[in-house]
Amino acid sequence: MATLELVGVRKSFGSVQVLHGIDLSVADGEMVVIVGASGCGKSTLLRIVAGLETPTEGRVLIDGRDVTPLEPADRDIAMVFQNYALYPHMSVFDNMAYGLKIRRVPRAEIRRRVQETAELLGISSLLDRRPRQLSGGQRQRVAMGRAIVREPRLFLFDEPLSNLDAKLRVQMRAEIRRLQKRLGVTSLFVTHDQTEAMTLGDRLVVMHQGRAAQIATPMEVWARPADTYVAGFIGSPAMNFLDATLAEEGRAAALAAGPVLRFADGPRPGPEGRRIVVGVRPEHVHAAPGDEGGLPLAIELAEPLGSETVLHGRLPGGESFTARLPGAAAPQAGAVLPLRLPADTLHIFDAETGLRLDPRA
Amino acid sequence: MRRRVIFRGKLLPYLLLAPQIAVTLVFFFWPAGQAIRQSVLREDPFGLSSEFVGLENFREVLSDPLYLNAVWNTAVFSTSVAALALGAALFLAVLADKSIRGAGVYKTLLIWPYAVAPAVAAVLWLFLFHPAIGLFGRALNAAGIAWDFKLNGAQAMLLVIFASAWKQVSYNFIFFLAGLQSIPRSVLEAAAIDGARPARRFWTVVFPLLSPTTFFLLVVNLTYAFFDTFGVIHALTGGGPGKATETLIYKVYVDGVQNLNLGGSSAQSVILMAIVIALTAVQFRYVERRVHY
Repeated sequence: MATLELVGVRKSFGSVQVLHGIDLSVADGEMVVIVGASGCGKSTLLRIVAGLETPTEGRVLIDGRDVTPLEPADRDIAMVFQNYALYPHMSVFDNMAYGLKIRRVPRAEIRRRVQETAELLGISSLLDRRPRQLSGGQRQRVAMGRAIVREPRLFLFDEPLSNLDAKLRVQMRAEIRRLQKRLGVTSLFVTHDQTEAMTLGDRLVVMHQGRAAQIATPMEVWARPADTYVAGFIGSPAMNFLDATLAEEGRAAALAAGPVLRFADGPRPGPEGRRIVVGVRPEHVHAAPGDEGGLPLAIELAEPLGSETVLHGRLPGGESFTARLPGAAAPQAGAVLPLRLPADTLHIFDAETGLRLDPRA
Repeated sequence: MRRRVIFRGKLLPYLLLAPQIAVTLVFFFWPAGQAIRQSVLREDPFGLSSEFVGLENFREVLSDPLYLNAVWNTAVFSTSVAALALGAALFLAVLADKSIRGAGVYKTLLIWPYAVAPAVAAVLWLFLFHPAIGLFGRALNAAGIAWDFKLNGAQAMLLVIFASAWKQVSYNFIFFLAGLQSIPRSVLEAAAIDGARPARRFWTVVFPLLSPTTFFLLVVNLTYAFFDTFGVIHALTGGGPGKATETLIYKVYVDGVQNLNLGGSSAQSVILMAIVIALTAVQFRYVERRVHY
């Protein structure tokens, strides 16, 4: 139970800077998910919190105390590794008891705590086994157990689900969330999987090239992405981006493809003709009613998924575009489908910086 | 990847195996057979005739105080060599495993002694520790320590132990380094996060995970100390002073080649052979299985 605060954390490996100043504060009991593509610095950030890496600049505070110069051993944290990192020569019991033994917890209490935790995770029958005698899912549970049994102030998860098969991953995901809520331990969870991020996190940190592109709740990240990177990263299939310019005194976007779309929520700042990017999620697109005209999509590939159909195609300007329509009775490849882009679902970004443009107050 | 090759005739496979079989027959089975035959015979002083004496040679050897002295010497010598060579190699490997500048050079230098012939290594140590002309020998004497391994048996034993261990450190170093590098980093990081300091990490995680390597090397080092250190001992002390550094293998040479007691020497050879077979059996039986976690 603790708060975690990162202040201006920077990290360079030689001349390569991988973290460009990360600020983050995590409330007591909160689960924050750090998500980003590989190489964005998310694992490095987690390792800095763990004390396995030293930041080049900046500070890490746990419960308001600066732990930056402390060894991992002195931070009272627990970490679940991607490959579980169980001690191969110890039984499951000893794996879980290792940290407690080092802290000189009395033998009887170690036994009690390990057994309680094992029960919680449903691995009581495995306590005498060696890691190599366990399946992937069981190892995952042991790794969790080793972290939980210590009752640390902070949980760190480094892509713990990425080595599991799809079904088990969904199951463990739910279980991790349930346990974390029940134990109320402040947690940092690193993943590259946006579904994991959306379902697990109280808040997300979307990282991009060593910067936190956005720190917000999953719904906010989805509904109001801070820039084109976040917009494209969260959501599947990814958001469509269309080049446009500001028109009608900032009240509309003139698409490069032709049509002018009026904003539902008010004018954007900037001179007329300012270059912008209009983002629209595939699931927000409708087929236009016959007489309305709309944006013609030349369909190149239709993926019927039963409850919905994903259409991939091109707009007249040549931009690729994806639409997700309900039902399976959708047009085939080769057809041209007029689309309507509802005004209240548009995301407007600056073309140069990629940052979100909100209506003038 | 396993491929099953099937030869047409019967001749070709035997032909292909023939060189290996010939080498084994000529250089192992034949001499071994000779040794066993000799060990139950006794030659007359002029080597003109021999008579069958059963296990008399063995009885004589095993009740000979000099032989028991050699057994004791061998025990002291080989345990010390193995312990010293393993300990030093592990220490160096742990240091070399860290990311340090010039690691490549450092590792190459550590591996060099293995390429030095035993006799050359012995001469090197001789020059270093000779009481009159050796660098360290003179220094020791100048420091007031009466150092002369040609007179002092314990010092002689110490010197052959160090020289023999020195040669074996390189070999052990390579294996330990490989063993250390195969330990997943994340396991060590997990231990660090669990609160283990470096020393504790080493003894509770690294060392147990190295146990298959250590056990393998222990057997190899004992075999080395038993049988491959003849050259070092011969060049440094010749088994002396007195019989202070005479090990089992050295006594076989002295009794057989110098004293021409072929029966006794052969009996000792047979005993040594039994020890090799036992050590090898232990290695085959346990290295693959028991030590694996």
